[in-house]
Amino acid sequence: MNSVVALDSLLDARRLWRGQPQARPSSRQPTGFPALDAVLPSGGWPEAALSEALLPLDGIGELALLWPTLARLTQAGGLVALVAPPYLPFPAAWANAGVRLDRLQVVRAEPRDAAWAAEQCLRSAACAAVLCWPQQPDDRTLRRLQLAAETGQCLGLALRPSSAAAHASPAALRLALEVRPPQLRVLKCRGGNPPARPLSWPLPVGESPAPPNDPRTAVPDRA
Amino acid sequence: MLWACILLPQLALDGVLRRHAAPDEPLVLVEGPVQRRMLRAANAAAKAAGLRAGMPLATAQAICARFAAVEHDPAETGRWHDFLAAWAYRYGAQVSRQMAASLLIEVEASFRLFGPWPRMETLMREELAALGFRHRIALAPNPWAARALAGVHDGLAITHDAPLKQALGQLPVERAGLPPQAAISLRRMGLRRLAQVYALPRAALGRRAGTDTLDQLDRLAGALATPLDCYQPPDHFESRIEFNYEIGATGQLLFPLRRLTGDLAAYLAGRDGGVQRFVLKLEHDRGAATEVPVGLLAPERDAAMLFELARGRLDPVQLAAPVRALQLIARELPPFVPAGRDLFDVRPQQAVPWEQLRERLRARLGDEAVHGLAIHADHRPERAWRDHGSSDTPPPLPRPGWLLPQPIPLRERISRILAGPERIESGWWDGEVRRDYYVVETEAGQRAWAFCPAGERAGFMLHGWFA
Repeated sequence: MNSVVALDSLLDARRLWRGQPQARPSSRQPTGFPALDAVLPSGGWPEAALSEALLPLDGIGELALLWPTLARLTQAGGLVALVAPPYLPFPAAWANAGVRLDRLQVVRAEPRDAAWAAEQCLRSAACAAVLCWPQQPDDRTLRRLQLAAETGQCLGLALRPSSAAAHASPAALRLALEVRPPQLRVLKCRGGNPPARPLSWPLPVGESPAPPNDPRTAVPDRA
Repeated sequence: MLWACILLPQLALDGVLRRHAAPDEPLVLVEGPVQRRMLRAANAAAKAAGLRAGMPLATAQAICARFAAVEHDPAETGRWHDFLAAWAYRYGAQVSRQMAASLLIEVEASFRLFGPWPRMETLMREELAALGFRHRIALAPNPWAARALAGVHDGLAITHDAPLKQALGQLPVERAGLPPQAAISLRRMGLRRLAQVYALPRAALGRRAGTDTLDQLDRLAGALATPLDCYQPPDHFESRIEFNYEIGATGQLLFPLRRLTGDLAAYLAGRDGGVQRFVLKLEHDRGAATEVPVGLLAPERDAAMLFELARGRLDPVQLAAPVRALQLIARELPPFVPAGRDLFDVRPQQAVPWEQLRERLRARLGDEAVHGLAIHADHRPERAWRDHGSSDTPPPLPRPGWLLPQPIPLRERISRILAGPERIESGWWDGEVRRDYYVVETEAGQRAWAFCPAGERAGFMLHGWFA
């Protein structure tokens, strides 16, 4: 390089294209936790996409993370399908969390049929949200689930063991719950950089404020 | 009243052709004693090869080397006639299948529902073509005239008496439905058109040709009303397809299955009913037939949905022996209540309503696979829930989100007890429970719901997770 070219001249000559940060529409699916909504680029769950929650163990607050969303959806009349849950949902606790039980459907399925059932539910557009527990899914299965959620305009929530964090996933959002210390880490969020610092768990519940639409913090979609 | 006559010129042949996978290949219907087989009907491909109805089978075999010959079965033809009467029942309350190879429907009362006659006629023709039956349709103020006109014209619609008189006058004598002897003798007298017959003095004509002829002439003109036997749809549906070859895989049953479910849907639409439970019977050469029951949670009648469900049930069936015939039997036909839809509902493609999705899941995963959740007022956690019905109010007590179906020994070490004990003691009448429940935190950081026998504080059993 023997000559230094001014950046301005390149830009003026239109030989450089500057990536425009595009503001993403704010999500209509708040998580119910203002602190979490604030760090997510769309201000809530990614709509019509698959989100993952990675759990090291059972019984560490995975339902507490989802209940505000499920309560909001069922109160609005939406149908929530649980496809092959690992345990029986205890109705009294779900009702106390605000979930309308008559809008909740449980699908029992063998592990080999569970992915098919989850895909059918996601694709059908009959459900507002579909919870599934994919057992050792390969990349293709996850991609199918993600595509089905896009096709059916449905909120897909996959609960997976935290060992899956090492592998890539087509999910639009990946959250990891950790126990010691109790915290929630955003591993991946489509449409923005995941925050560097984890959020302390449990999070305070509440209405999320209007998401800040600051174009400088948003970067083009890389997912 | 206005009567439509649907004439089915090839009812027997169409009934056979529609079950054949390859209707474009030459096919004939044969009848008569074994020594002297005659062709009764031939399809288009067979006609192109030079075969004609009324030809001896030996002659046909000399003309054309390869064609399929199917024995004519009058009972089978009668069943198709019944089926079409059931189909026609949706277009009018008075349907008669009294006259051979034709259906008579009183349509004027249905104009308000289906629109004027041309639209209704188009609808009928489309559906008959989809069902695979060739047809001729005529409309007239009385059923006898409609039948006679359908024999000569296709698509003729006469709504008033004056044009009817003119059209009847043009009718050839032998096509007017007169007694055959009378028709021949009138013809020999030089009377070719019906107008000439109507011009004769009535008394003299009665003496020569008989009162039957006079009655038929009066019926055609609408002067004599003769009641028709009206069709009543049966309360169950049965249809059967027999194969002249053995079928070894369920995949090959899909084509006949689509026909059967399509017929069932057409029948259900005709009587404005739905089906909740039907049985597919796979008949074998030897041994009992395999029965595949198909059950739904709510009555349905959509052809595509019925086919998909039946297919879902048929796929996992292991055939013990080759199948020779497939039968569909529906005994209970409850009333059908269509689901309400939102007019402005913007739904993505491939969207299916929840009812259909639920049936699809049940068809593959089993009848018990999809269930709801409800709170049952019982202190024992195992019995505090139901998979259907309405909920009681939840108790304001700490209850875990996940419940284990069976309590298991708590393997994790307890770091501290967060709440408890909560004594649950109930059910001396059926399965007594005496337990102290604790909310405990394990060393790994999980919050568990565990119990031990009342009064003790050891031997914790894990019963749920506060997730």
